[in-house]
Amino acid sequence: MSLLEASALQVRLGGKPLVRDLSFALDAGELLGLIGPNGAGKSTALKALVQLLPHSGAIRLDGRDPATLPARERGRRIAYLSQNDSLQWPISVRDLVALGRHPYRGSWWRGDGGLGRRDDEAIDKALRATDVWHLRGRKVTELSGGERARARLARVLAVEAPVILADEPVAALDPRHQLRVMELLRAQSRQGRGLILVLHDLTLASRFCDRLLLLDRGRPVASGTPDTVLTQPHLRAVYGIRAVSGRHQGQDYLLPWECV
Amino acid sequence: MRPSPLNLLLLGLLMTLSLLSLGLGEAPLRPGEVLGGLLGWGAEEHRLIVRQIRLPRVVLAWLVGATLGMSGAALQGLLRNPLAEPGLLGISASAGLGAVVALYFGLGALTLWAVPLAAMGFALLATSILYALTRAGATNLTLILAGIALSSLAAALTSLALNLAPTPSGVQDIVLWLLGSIADRSFDDIWLSLPFVVLGLGLLLTSAPALELLALGEGEASTLGVDMTRLRGLIILGSALGVGAVVAVTGAIGFVGLVVPHLLRRFVDYRPGRLLLPSALGGALLVLAADLAIRLIDTPRELMLGVVTALVGAPFFLALVLRSRRDML
Repeated sequence: MSLLEASALQVRLGGKPLVRDLSFALDAGELLGLIGPNGAGKSTALKALVQLLPHSGAIRLDGRDPATLPARERGRRIAYLSQNDSLQWPISVRDLVALGRHPYRGSWWRGDGGLGRRDDEAIDKALRATDVWHLRGRKVTELSGGERARARLARVLAVEAPVILADEPVAALDPRHQLRVMELLRAQSRQGRGLILVLHDLTLASRFCDRLLLLDRGRPVASGTPDTVLTQPHLRAVYGIRAVSGRHQGQDYLLPWECV
Repeated sequence: MRPSPLNLLLLGLLMTLSLLSLGLGEAPLRPGEVLGGLLGWGAEEHRLIVRQIRLPRVVLAWLVGATLGMSGAALQGLLRNPLAEPGLLGISASAGLGAVVALYFGLGALTLWAVPLAAMGFALLATSILYALTRAGATNLTLILAGIALSSLAAALTSLALNLAPTPSGVQDIVLWLLGSIADRSFDDIWLSLPFVVLGLGLLLTSAPALELLALGEGEASTLGVDMTRLRGLIILGSALGVGAVVAVTGAIGFVGLVVPHLLRRFVDYRPGRLLLPSALGGALLVLAADLAIRLIDTPRELMLGVVTALVGAPFFLALVLRSRRDML
């Protein structure tokens, strides 16, 4: 059984279909890249999968309809990183990451007592994995864009959910941290989690993802391993670009080169 | 929730100031006499002065301050906007309008509850409108402007009601009442607002953990198990009940909900959920202190509490806007 499945997923907003006929299955240990030009419906699809947008079609999370799960249980099974960094208030990095443990917390009146040793371990692990351990006492508003992106990712990892959906997790990062975060996300998948990442960087997508799903104007155009999805005809038809590709250290790479 | 040192400190200050306030007046009482009068072992006249005359004023200061302080903190958390406050957003003015409408149409004669109920109803309407605006993607600036529009509209409609009022003598009472004061109120007034204040603050307190998560934005908070519909309902209903109930008794007292959470935020590590209780205590403390100042300052006629909080609060608001203009507006 797949971790997360969608069949004939459809999202309409104001009568306009934003996502149509989207079907896929995400298995444990898999890193799936959701790619496509701006406005292709990638973020919309992700939001529908975490029940933030009304949709039709079937979604199965571990074989169950996530809409019928209690919100907290759903929160433990699927973690979501939104595209917009809308952090408000200068809370500390550790307090931010600790929010990821909310779905495990007891009743509200227990206050901070609701965070146990298990939670502390998860928080510390997430802080170290994203390389923000040394920033844990700093205020999120004092961080650089890259540090902030990693702190938000740590918040997502602290959930320790089997499924992680991240909307452009590396968009704000410098190349070194892009590589580090992609390596980290791949490591998460190798530990048995299933990840869907919305990515714009086709080079990173081809280098790190096990499978890609290419969307164009709300519809899936191609799906499969990076070399079968990122073909010149697809790139030309969907993105209107030509790319340079090659092999390095036994791995395919791809570099968007010119408009056509 | 374990009592935090901050809450204990605020509570201690509040109790001390309350005892001071109970001792102050035409017949000054020493703290021992105040306690005696309060707890019943003191002289008959001490009991009368403390319990009947001075206690309602102090209790009302607690209720108003706690309501405004906690509503301010909760609204700031929900709207993710440090400038949100019942007074600035027009919630208090709308509640005042509701009360005036109830008085104007003589509903107060039908039942004692008519005035507070009308105030709460109008407060609820104003809060819902503001929330709908933020949902539609209003920026901080738009929200404040909408609050100003709501305030102006409520003030204009209130004036209209006063202009059309049949008896000029009633007008002056209403105008004075609208300026906001906790003087010369009785326990009857307190019993009228107390149940709604308790209920309102209770609703707001239960929103604390969800408010905490809202720091992430509504989307991520939802995926962590926050029921946004419930949270909105709790805070809108909670602040409307509380603010409506106290405005019906004291008139509009502004800026408490802005100043108090702002001053206390740093002491709770900027965590919106943890800010609620200290803001209630701090609000009570601030209103009590302002009221004490009014009584200590020798003016020909006692100043109105609402005037004093505005005199202090408005420059504070301006400073806040100017200082954080770049990143907030």
